[in-house]
Amino acid sequence: MSEPKHEALGLERDQLLSMFKTMLTARKIDERMWLLNRAGKIPFVISCQGQEAAQIGAVTALNTEEDYILPYYRDLGMVLHFGMTIQDLMMSGFARSEDPNSGGRQMPGHFGSKKHRIVTGSSPVTTQVPHAVGFALAGKIKRENFICLTSFGEGSANQGDFHEAANFAGVHDLPVIFLCENNKYAISVPVDRQLSCERVSDRAQGYGMPGETVDGNDPLAVYEVVKKAAERAREGSGPSLIETVSYRLTAHSSDDDDRSYRGREEVEEARQKDGIVTFAKYLKEHDLLSEDEEKDMHNSIQKEIDKATDLAESAAYAEVETTFNHVYDA
Amino acid sequence: MTTTAINTKKMTMIQGVRDAMHEMLKEHDDVMILGEDVGVNGGVFRATEGLYEEFGEDRVIDTPISESGIIGNSIGLAVNGFRPIAEMQFLGFIYPAFNQLMTHATRLRQRSMGRFTVPLVVRAPYGAGVRAPEIHSDSVEALFTQMPGIKVVVPSNAYDAKGLLIASIDDPDPVLFLEPMRCYRSSRTEVPDGKYNVEIGKASVLKEGDDISVFTWGAMVIDTMKAVEKLEAKKNVSCEVIDLRTLYPLDKETIAASVQKTGRAAIIHEAPATGGVSNDVISLINDTSFLYLRAPIQRVAGFDTPVPVYSLEQEYLPSTEKIQTAILHAVDF
Repeated sequence: MSEPKHEALGLERDQLLSMFKTMLTARKIDERMWLLNRAGKIPFVISCQGQEAAQIGAVTALNTEEDYILPYYRDLGMVLHFGMTIQDLMMSGFARSEDPNSGGRQMPGHFGSKKHRIVTGSSPVTTQVPHAVGFALAGKIKRENFICLTSFGEGSANQGDFHEAANFAGVHDLPVIFLCENNKYAISVPVDRQLSCERVSDRAQGYGMPGETVDGNDPLAVYEVVKKAAERAREGSGPSLIETVSYRLTAHSSDDDDRSYRGREEVEEARQKDGIVTFAKYLKEHDLLSEDEEKDMHNSIQKEIDKATDLAESAAYAEVETTFNHVYDA
Repeated sequence: MTTTAINTKKMTMIQGVRDAMHEMLKEHDDVMILGEDVGVNGGVFRATEGLYEEFGEDRVIDTPISESGIIGNSIGLAVNGFRPIAEMQFLGFIYPAFNQLMTHATRLRQRSMGRFTVPLVVRAPYGAGVRAPEIHSDSVEALFTQMPGIKVVVPSNAYDAKGLLIASIDDPDPVLFLEPMRCYRSSRTEVPDGKYNVEIGKASVLKEGDDISVFTWGAMVIDTMKAVEKLEAKKNVSCEVIDLRTLYPLDKETIAASVQKTGRAAIIHEAPATGGVSNDVISLINDTSFLYLRAPIQRVAGFDTPVPVYSLEQEYLPSTEKIQTAILHAVDF
């Protein structure tokens, strides 16, 4: 029998369990958000479901004390790994003043926290991608050793900002990882109506960087390629484009009904490959996680989410007077 | 205005712009320039001449033709500790970058509750009257005065250009720095060596007068001064001319004080009348000085059309005749 994949990658049991726990936490927060939305308690949800494995695999290859992420609105798993708490995210979902992202001013899913090294983003897709390039350029000029990972959906790979940013990063050999989380749909439009090439990663060549497509349901496979890209970036060899392929298990958002554009069989089939399910299976097969441990994990996460939900629900909105704060310096 | 400089030099406005950047690059390691042809070539209008040679490729960066990328990159640089000056080759080429300005540069501060800030200056040559092709002549300042989070500055001479650009680079928020192309080499003014500020948000009274307050900015300062000079030579009328210099935030005190003194106002701008900054000046006068008015406020502006090419642009632009007619209409009302 060949060496198990995690051993070949040098990942220890506690790291693997931590990865699984963060994936599960992201999923459960997301599920709670949908319940709260359908109960009329929060206005909007935009999901990570189906992409947790790709997100956690990627950020596990980064250094949370040194590197920066410029995520997109589905990257709930990533921001948890970088230090945001369940309570932070619940405050954001309820748009409360204690939301550390924006004090309840932004949509949920629009992450930003300076202390967690998460650069704030916005709703128009792909706009964070050139920021990552400028941010990395600043680091290169200052001779700092961090790398920037910016993520986006495959829909964003068709926006000008992606191409302008990738080109600039390629010209200047900047330490940026472009992580495309291909979930196969841009709201209702499937990949074959979006891409004129087979894979998003095919575009890397045009910008003078390596491109790789990897199974986004397998956190270990994603970890492996992102680790390689991170090493490349850190040694000054420039950017990489990585495409993780998984599936968007929910509708685009709480305001979308995906039954009009895709069949239930297709979604069901994708659920069988869901990284949360397959990674749990992997861990159990390698005696890294027992049924009891898994159950305990579910329960403890659920309790924390319940607590955070109650806290956020009873927290206050921002004071009206703060509307004028921070538009300009003074 | 504060100044510690002693020696002065006579220079054109484009030289004043260059002098400001030179001064700030020399004094501050975090100041840098990005744009198309700003490096080796020294800028298509020579605004960055010699700066690449003096400060090197990390401080003066030639970018691909990629306006959204330039502004997007600059936002990343600003968030990570630099003070970038991004050049748009012409204001009419800023449209691909509008998204980055509207959704990020102007909002990062508020969105992050002051934790991420964008001390960015976007420089852009603009305006008609230099026989440029389509789009190159646009005067769309009002697109940006309705964009909370950014300041909009327009010098019309070398002294103001240098002092305002230094103030813009020192400003902790994004500033759109508009450079009227007709003013680049139309006059020379005395400019102090070294660093000095012209305060953002302060208008300049170019000429005092008693009968009407004429507000203008950019290249229209040239035509307005010419119109007023000629008019005063032949008619018994005394005009106060005010160069607003900053279009957001407007200098409420100076505008109100002038109108309360003269009782009449005219506003001259080359941008299309509808939605132009003149409307904000009129609102400001209405809010502060309505009962002082002795005549309806006059407005001379561009037509509500795209700026025509050179063969017709003189018809489009407010002429000295149109300006004089408007002034007399108010004074004789």
